[in-house]
Amino acid sequence: MSATNLLLVTLGLALASFAYGRSRAYSVARLHGGVRSMHSLPSHYGMMVALWCALPALAIIVGWKLFEPAVVSSFLHDYIPQSVYEAGEKSVDLYKNDIGNLVDSHAIADIQDPEKKAAAQQLANLQHTSSLALVVLALAAAIAGASLALKRIKANTRARQNVEKIVHFFLISCASIAILTTLGIVLSVLFESIRFFQEVSIIEFITGTKWSPQTAIRVDQVGSSGSFGAVPLFLGTMLISFIAMVVAVPFGLMSAIYLAEYASRPVRNICKPLLEILAGIPTVVYGFFAALTVAPALRSFGATLGLSVSSESALAAGAVMGIMIIPFVSSLSDDVITAVPQSMRDGSYGLGATKSETIRKVVIPAALPGIVGGILLAVSRAIGETMIVVMAAGLAANLTANPLEAVTTVTVQIVTLLTGDQEFDSAKTLAAFALGLMLFVVTLCLNVIALHVVRKYREQYE
Amino acid sequence: MSDTTTKVRASLKKRYAAEKRFRFYGITAIAASIGFLFILLFSIVSKGYPAFQSTFVKLDVQLDSATLGISETPTSAEMRAANFGGLIKQTMRERFPEVSSRGDKKALYQLISTGAEYQLYDEVAADPSLIDTTISLWLPTDDELSALIKSDADLSNPDSIVTRMSDKQIAWAKSLKDSGQLEVRFNRTFFTNGDSREPELAGIRAALMGSAFTLLITFALSFPIAVAAAIYLEEFAPQNRWTDVVEVNINNLAAVPSIVFGLLGLAVFINFFHLPRSAPVVGGIVLSLMTLPTIIISSRAALKAVPPSIREAARGLGASPLQVVTHHVLPLAMPGILTGTIIGLAQALGETAPLLMIGMVAFIVDIPASVTDAATVLPVQVFLWADSPERAFVEKTSAAIMVLLVFLVVMNALAVFLRKKFERRW
Amino acid sequence: MNTAIANDTIDTSLIQRDPVKDSAQEAFHKLTETVGTPTVENAKMRSRDVNVFYGEKQAIFDVNLDIGNNEVVAMIGPSGCGKSTFLRCLNRMNDTIPSCKVTGNLSLDGEDLYGADLDPVLLRARVGMVFQKPNPFAKSIYDNVAYGPRIHGLSSNRAELDDIVVDSLRKAGLYDEVKDRLDAPGTSLSGGQQQRLCIARSIAVNPEVILMDEPCSALDPIATARIEELIDELRQNYAIAIVTHSMQQAARVSQRTAYFHLGKLVEVNATNDVFTNPQHELTENYITGRFG
Repeated sequence: MSATNLLLVTLGLALASFAYGRSRAYSVARLHGGVRSMHSLPSHYGMMVALWCALPALAIIVGWKLFEPAVVSSFLHDYIPQSVYEAGEKSVDLYKNDIGNLVDSHAIADIQDPEKKAAAQQLANLQHTSSLALVVLALAAAIAGASLALKRIKANTRARQNVEKIVHFFLISCASIAILTTLGIVLSVLFESIRFFQEVSIIEFITGTKWSPQTAIRVDQVGSSGSFGAVPLFLGTMLISFIAMVVAVPFGLMSAIYLAEYASRPVRNICKPLLEILAGIPTVVYGFFAALTVAPALRSFGATLGLSVSSESALAAGAVMGIMIIPFVSSLSDDVITAVPQSMRDGSYGLGATKSETIRKVVIPAALPGIVGGILLAVSRAIGETMIVVMAAGLAANLTANPLEAVTTVTVQIVTLLTGDQEFDSAKTLAAFALGLMLFVVTLCLNVIALHVVRKYREQYE
Repeated sequence: MSDTTTKVRASLKKRYAAEKRFRFYGITAIAASIGFLFILLFSIVSKGYPAFQSTFVKLDVQLDSATLGISETPTSAEMRAANFGGLIKQTMRERFPEVSSRGDKKALYQLISTGAEYQLYDEVAADPSLIDTTISLWLPTDDELSALIKSDADLSNPDSIVTRMSDKQIAWAKSLKDSGQLEVRFNRTFFTNGDSREPELAGIRAALMGSAFTLLITFALSFPIAVAAAIYLEEFAPQNRWTDVVEVNINNLAAVPSIVFGLLGLAVFINFFHLPRSAPVVGGIVLSLMTLPTIIISSRAALKAVPPSIREAARGLGASPLQVVTHHVLPLAMPGILTGTIIGLAQALGETAPLLMIGMVAFIVDIPASVTDAATVLPVQVFLWADSPERAFVEKTSAAIMVLLVFLVVMNALAVFLRKKFERRW
Repeated sequence: MNTAIANDTIDTSLIQRDPVKDSAQEAFHKLTETVGTPTVENAKMRSRDVNVFYGEKQAIFDVNLDIGNNEVVAMIGPSGCGKSTFLRCLNRMNDTIPSCKVTGNLSLDGEDLYGADLDPVLLRARVGMVFQKPNPFAKSIYDNVAYGPRIHGLSSNRAELDDIVVDSLRKAGLYDEVKDRLDAPGTSLSGGQQQRLCIARSIAVNPEVILMDEPCSALDPIATARIEELIDELRQNYAIAIVTHSMQQAARVSQRTAYFHLGKLVEVNATNDVFTNPQHELTENYITGRFG
């Protein structure tokens, strides 16, 4: 039975137990003189039985499915030929993958190699046993849970409280998933980073100026000195983010000011959604635009001026990233500017200030904390942006501040290090997690500061 | 006249000039931002629209069983081994009998797409009685020829054409065109095929299905969890440190770079739980973790917008706190919650980076049939095609982007519609 | 036209059977001309037949009122009677509301306020305004006061600006309280101090007229008393128009009082006369507290 079918059967059982539980509650009620004599409504009893039926079974199914691949794979160890082990962990994974594919495509009979055939047969058996065991366990749990709950249908059973307690617990666990996610992120990047820093010193990683992870592929050179200095990546990220902000802040801020202070209602009603469209375009589209339209245009424009512009220049990636961030800056600034009380504007007009004087000298200074918070959020976004730089910025870790040259960024390197075939435990892949840790810490700090500043600002005018 | 009056009067001209300038900066900024949007859309559409058409060549194919190397009533194994490619080449040689040298023949065969033989196979497999008859068929052409015909270039003047095709090939194309054997039609292949190394055979069906499965998982996970979390935080959570931590945490998660979620998916779901790589189920889990904060935040806003008087009224009738929420507050907040969910899902649909981390960046030819099959999604397909050297993939990429944008527009329009239709003023 | 509009505004069928109200409404219907003397000799500001519309709705009907040099004119009346609207016409603050339209003639020293020659920027520099709620800018105390002189270019160097700021703070009676912390943000002051800061801010531009829109409504009695003292002092140099909800305040600070009712100027006279011997029934009803 497939997992989907099993889920459907469990669901059906739960529905059936609901109906049965409710009718049982009615019959119990008749003995005691009507529904009013029961503590809870019949449907509460039904719900109680249904939950007791479905929840244990669902827990078993989810847990089983999560751990099944790992467990089955470990059972397979004895069936893998010694020669494969000797060839390293990578080939073991490949071998297992191969067997898995063969079993999935029901092609065991076609296998020539007897060892492989035996292993595949074993895998097929294991999978069969596992799924059978799961069905039996899950259904047993469902039935046991339901019958236990059915016995508890009595006049004085607090069924509603019972159900609500379960639902309450469910709500709390859902709210905690956010915490678990953060915890998961921290743990996953931290663990791999620690393993990386055991091979490459953290000082070298943070202060080294030479980045060439490719050398680490050769076993004798793992962690060889000078190849994991991340400074060029940090500087590249900063350069591109800086260019992005140079584009996004003036355009975004002035758009927000115009929309909030000058634009008539119809203009506002047209322009705001258009800017929102700009915000809704996927980053991969911006990346394509940067790589195939903006970069060649900049290159040929540079050529007419006699400048040599790299085809993967930081300028192209940064400028397009800036365009992407314009609506972000503009909508955050818009919120902040409209939150400045009208009385402050009136005070300025009352003294004879013109509109632009009021905006520049009264409204903007008053809104400044909020605007700065918004810009910090935008910076954090620029630093973490991936697709534009992957497609339009280069891989060359140049240490330069020239926007016409190619630079690389933290996110580009994470993607390059983790896509493509390689062993998972090499310094190269671990380096990606170390970069991820840096990225997470920096953006987290920016976000915490920015959100705090913005919240304080809001409270000031509420 | 007072001192103030003179001084103010003297300053007026300059100040009004500054006012005008400032206003002009504002208009420029907004016009430029919207201009960028139109340049972007224009560059995509102008590059992408030819991909929705492709060129077909009409050939009279004599389905000679001898050339195909099959019997008159072939078995399926025979059919699979049949030499349809050779048959097409022979047909082309017959059409252009003057072509004799090896190099020229090769150049001639290049005009026809490698997909032509599969189409021929499908035709014959569907109706074996066609064997040993002559049928007239529209077969796909190679992408270079297709681009040439679609561009409406002057074929009699080969020097004026920018193409990788040789002058001879252009002359053959002219001959085919003049005899009415070339036709530009709607490119169905683009919507029915998976990925391919040949641009004219590459389609977005596999990526679309991958996106659909991934989004299904994302929705199934993120919607109930986010709504439950929002209900808890808005209606039941006590005001204490823990709740504060959860709130701050959710707001921060919303601003964590998406690629970090990819690292989480790789480390936890792929390497720790050994879930299948490249599978929509893992992609869906990662994307739902990513969209959760967005949906939670908008769901909370929707719940908060329901006036307290409704809760008080329901509670006054003896409803338990949970009944108040499920019977009264939640139905009223549902349009707002759905709007937020759709916007969150639209974000997830356009997301690329975290999916690269969990291996959904594979070359997928087969249409995925379940959430555990290897798959890719539409934005990743865009990323893959954008990297391909063939010129024809540029138009495919742009066309795929157009399809992606259409889906996003539809989703956002739905969200706007929901908001407008069910918006309530209390 | 007047009666027609009055009939529109007051739907007679809805009037309750309240003898006081009834007589008030009747009096209002009959009202065609302002009781008392709306004009003064050598007026600083004049208004003649002023009507104000918010879109379709008319808020002010044919108001004639002068504000003389070195006097305080108080405008009183029930909420929504149009006194604030009228005040905001005097320095064209109503311009910021798009739907607002003003007809009639308003002048400052004989210059038409809505004429082509008079720029609103210049007008507002000459006719300052203090608002209901203290609204200091998000700047230091010094920068708040220096704001007007700076934008108008009234000082040529820092020393001059310092003088203006100190002088204005002195005139507003705030200097001694803040002289040690001119760099502190304006919002750090108490409500009464903030309002005096706003007055200092207006004075710094050296205006000719100061308009005050319920300047004490957000303040406690002690702060109110300080502001009232201040208004009396300022009268020596400026023409002042003050809108107030408090009749006691009007009686204390003003020389003349104007009573507004439903957009009409009902009665205007020397303050003493208005409060001791009101000529119009509506005024009497209002000041004796029978309605409003």
